[in-house]
Amino acid sequence: MYETIVALPLLGSILAGIIALLGARNRLPGEDPPPHGDRAASPVAEHRPRGAPSPHEQHAAFANTHVEEPADEPPAAGSRPAELITTTFLVIACLLSWYAFYDVGVAGHEARVRLFSFITFADLHSDWALRIDPLTAVMLAVVTTVSSLVHLYSIGYMEEDPYKPRFFSYLSFFTFAMLMLVTADNLVQLFFGWEGVGLASYLLIGFWYHKPEANAAAIKAFIVNRVGDFGFSLGIFAVFALTGAVDFDTIFAQAPSLAGKVYHFLSWDVDALTLVCVLLFIGAMGKSAQFLLHTWLPDAMEGPTPVSALIHAATMVTAGVFMVARLSPLFSLSPGASAFVIFIGATTCMFAATVGLVQNDIKRIIAYSTCSQLGYMFVAMGFGAYSVGMFHLFTHAFFKALLFLCSGSVIIAMHHEQDIRHMGGLWRKLPFTYATMLIGTLALTGFPFTAGYFSKDAIIESALVSTNPMAAYGFVMTLGAAALTAFYSWRLIFKTFHGAPHDRAHYEAAHETPLTVLVPLALFAIGSIAAGYPALAVFTGHGTDEFFRGSLQLGIADTLFEGAEKVPLLLSILPTLMMIVGFLVAWLFYIRRPDLPEELARQQHVLYQFLLNKWYFDEIYDYLLVRPTLWLGRLLWKGGDGFIIDGFGPDGVSARVLDVTRNVVRLQTGYLYHYAFAMLIGVAAAVTWFMFYGAHG
Amino acid sequence: MTSWPILSVVTFLPVAGALFIAFLGDDEAGLRNARWVALWTTLITFAISLILVWRFDPSTPDFQFVEKAPWLGNTIGYAMGVDGISLPFVILTTGLMPICILASWTAIQRRVRAYMITFLVMETLMVGTFCALDLVLFYFFFEGGLIPMFIIIGVWGGPRRVYASFKFFLYTFLGSVFMLLAIMAMYWDAGTTDIPTLLHHGFPRSLQTWAFLAFLASFAVKLPMWPVHTWLPDAHVEAPTAGSVILAAVLLKLGGYGFLRFSLPMFPVATQHLAPLIYALSVIAIVYTSLVALMQEDWKKLIAYSSVAHMGFVTMGLFAVTAQGVSGGIFQMLSHGVISAALFLCVGVVYDRMHTREIAAYGGLVNRMPLYAFVFMVFALANMGLPGTSGFVGEFLTMIGTFRVNTWVATLAALGTILSAGYMLWLYRKVIFGKLEKASLAAIRDIGWREMIVFAPLIIVTILIGVYPKPVLDFSAASVTQLIDNYHHALNGAQTAALAR
Repeated sequence: MYETIVALPLLGSILAGIIALLGARNRLPGEDPPPHGDRAASPVAEHRPRGAPSPHEQHAAFANTHVEEPADEPPAAGSRPAELITTTFLVIACLLSWYAFYDVGVAGHEARVRLFSFITFADLHSDWALRIDPLTAVMLAVVTTVSSLVHLYSIGYMEEDPYKPRFFSYLSFFTFAMLMLVTADNLVQLFFGWEGVGLASYLLIGFWYHKPEANAAAIKAFIVNRVGDFGFSLGIFAVFALTGAVDFDTIFAQAPSLAGKVYHFLSWDVDALTLVCVLLFIGAMGKSAQFLLHTWLPDAMEGPTPVSALIHAATMVTAGVFMVARLSPLFSLSPGASAFVIFIGATTCMFAATVGLVQNDIKRIIAYSTCSQLGYMFVAMGFGAYSVGMFHLFTHAFFKALLFLCSGSVIIAMHHEQDIRHMGGLWRKLPFTYATMLIGTLALTGFPFTAGYFSKDAIIESALVSTNPMAAYGFVMTLGAAALTAFYSWRLIFKTFHGAPHDRAHYEAAHETPLTVLVPLALFAIGSIAAGYPALAVFTGHGTDEFFRGSLQLGIADTLFEGAEKVPLLLSILPTLMMIVGFLVAWLFYIRRPDLPEELARQQHVLYQFLLNKWYFDEIYDYLLVRPTLWLGRLLWKGGDGFIIDGFGPDGVSARVLDVTRNVVRLQTGYLYHYAFAMLIGVAAAVTWFMFYGAHG
Repeated sequence: MTSWPILSVVTFLPVAGALFIAFLGDDEAGLRNARWVALWTTLITFAISLILVWRFDPSTPDFQFVEKAPWLGNTIGYAMGVDGISLPFVILTTGLMPICILASWTAIQRRVRAYMITFLVMETLMVGTFCALDLVLFYFFFEGGLIPMFIIIGVWGGPRRVYASFKFFLYTFLGSVFMLLAIMAMYWDAGTTDIPTLLHHGFPRSLQTWAFLAFLASFAVKLPMWPVHTWLPDAHVEAPTAGSVILAAVLLKLGGYGFLRFSLPMFPVATQHLAPLIYALSVIAIVYTSLVALMQEDWKKLIAYSSVAHMGFVTMGLFAVTAQGVSGGIFQMLSHGVISAALFLCVGVVYDRMHTREIAAYGGLVNRMPLYAFVFMVFALANMGLPGTSGFVGEFLTMIGTFRVNTWVATLAALGTILSAGYMLWLYRKVIFGKLEKASLAAIRDIGWREMIVFAPLIIVTILIGVYPKPVLDFSAASVTQLIDNYHHALNGAQTAALAR
């Protein structure tokens, strides 16, 4: 069964990929190149292809600047089968996953499926294997549910796109890679899934490859992730150097003996476990867009909206959180690394929320919100409340996917307008989207008894129980971010759905979206409300141990309940109060006194620009990293290879040889008397030599 | 094991084919026959080399299919044999040859017969290098391979072919002079040139150091290592597509193979002493050439520089002398043989159509060449070591093997994985993605059937051994284990000898 869950998306991806390639082939049949040498005879532009010439470039030229998809190119052949195959496969995988969730989590049947060996040499053993324990079961359920609903949603959302088979192939490939990631039983397979989802993300962000911004964003995403993966791979190497293994069971068994051990890394002696955890966590920072490595996530919004929902909100970006949870036996032994996790998580949580306050692109606001919420999850991980972090991951998947899909619905309704300054008053036109988005916002801001309320409160409460020295910092930051979250979320709602329409033409043309779009919205909305309370016992209560059974380190989760009851009432309702404050300020700014925000922005110009430009991270990185790298590359190429190595090496040598030969050539004048004279000198020299040395000999 | 000299057949069959082509006419039919004869010769050679795989016993580290015959006097013999280290390279060579012939099918229109003959002779020399079990025989094949390559670049190359071929010749020849001296010294010391005997000879320390350096001079140029790599970009740029393929896929591997066959087992003490030098050169190669690759404007040069960087992983892994490092180095060489070959073929596809390699001359090819875009994507990803492709396995093993020995080296090498993503994705975006705006590209055609046949096996191999590398790793396991055991044994012996003194 587990093989099927993983294999179905792969199969769907391959089939859709074949359909996409065959369709492209029919449209643009290929041909071997003509023999070399006749290029002058037949200018390339002369023979038009047999197939329909691609109208792509002409249309792209006319395309409106803010149109997302390429304009009306005919849909690729086989769109329907491709979307049906992939979506059906995903729905089947989803149903099987929920059964697995029941079977593993409730009935307690864990499973290990060893498929075949991967990189195995001498003492290095890694297999392709499926490790199905409760932690994996949670992820299986989340991934396949969100993925299948996003597949369904995409059928409607991508209706007019000419490259649907390719899109669905990528989506399914992503799901496959993500499933390989969550089912991994060793670090190497985890790394495979890790880079696999990175590839899928790259392909999907750059899905509209004719857009320069999409290409740039795609490359940025991949390379920033590679920076994270640099740390991750060093972490794997260090684990292997320390334990001689890369599979989880062996590593976890040896973890306690590593505590306090010193490892010589680079030129320093460092605590072995802290080193390993921090290196691995750098990978998580890249994938989960944490502070310093977050810059790719907002740009990733160049991709189609369903992609943002699936990859950049619900699943892939949570891979880092999953990794920390999976490796909780290591992290829980290293307070130093945990403090680092809290620091990064809490900083991200606050930083992203501040930037989210002033953004105007509907998707970017939600992207920063995602970044911030991921920070929450990491804070929980750092506190040692691993199950609580997983709880927030679980609920967040529902309401954040919902928010993205809603924004997608708004974007289609507004004909690919993404700037909230051009929206307003849309609730009349899009009642259903409005209602669902409201639910998503309530859940995100932690309105009592929605899904987000339970998980977010649990995180803030665990700050009070945690013993980590960083806990206070984590508490303050998460609490502050709760208020900011409420503010930017309600700002988004008010500016989009309330007030007067800012753009009449767009407003008039707006219409509610098709059913395949609305059904996923409804289902996610239900999840956003209902996923919280029933799961509460599993993730935070006494049921945690019963459910996770060692697949996750308990950390402080079991003391959470007792601890939380001792917390004074004021502290425990503080998050809710913060949410209300955020809501009220947003209401004041955008409903009651709409002139206030602009005035404030004028007053605090520097701060506003600072936030609007995302703390100038892109500029700093460009200045500090990108430019010097390129400068160095040019220097080494022209200066190192060209001037020094070639100049003193082959070119220099051959130049000297030429000099010498040129001089030698000059001797050959062709005049007989020159030669005769030279010969005489030679003879004289020889005679002299013999007279001196021959005599002694 | 076998009653017939199978290794000699594999080695010399291509020359037989070349002789046959030499007698063909120069008319249209003769040219067509020359291509077909070359293709069939290489295919049959490949088929026979597969018999080697089938009959090979991977559980023993000994040389197999050994043939011996007297050659020059009593001391220098004709000896052939393969073990788990050399056989994969034989297969790599024989497997790529038919692909090269196919890739030259229409691209080469001048002196077709001479071209095919040169290629076939080169195959003989390359296979011979991997099979030779006698130092002098090895030297003969090793240096002989220089000449056909020199001719291929010099005759069928691009506009600056003369400069490139002389640069190539100058570098490689200079290196080989030192190697010849070292070979003579080894002969005077050991009294034989038989490689299996030399492997257990135990050279004196003083000889080890300078012989190691002499071999290094030759192998470093071939591989190439920084700073003697600058011939490679020029040679690649000027060479015809198939020439680049062979150069990158096989000729570069001769250096790595040489390290494995001679430097590591014969000069273990020197290896240990000079490993820091090799580490430094490897890391510089990885980071330096990756940075240089970022700035290239010529498609082939970019891939050539990336080759140098990938070879840096090989030397790093080999000189870590850990099980993972050495087997990773071998795997990386094989994998790079396939991937770089495919990348140069990818360049060849558009070069045959547009006759330029300038990156800026392209853009938006995906709009007209979707299948090509797919093929190129696969190899671009493999080149940046994406897990699931063979590129990952090699890099991962070399780095994990080196990390145990030296964390600095492995850490700096890992930087190369970031940079390789940088230059490959940048190249891909410039060439493939974007709008198709250049008028000259408006009618470019996607790859045809012949080209698909060329790429299909390479894609399959890249992904297959990337997902399931075990058979390839197991193939050389016994030999690698023995190599490492002997190495440590020799070092311990040297240490006790030093203590006893």
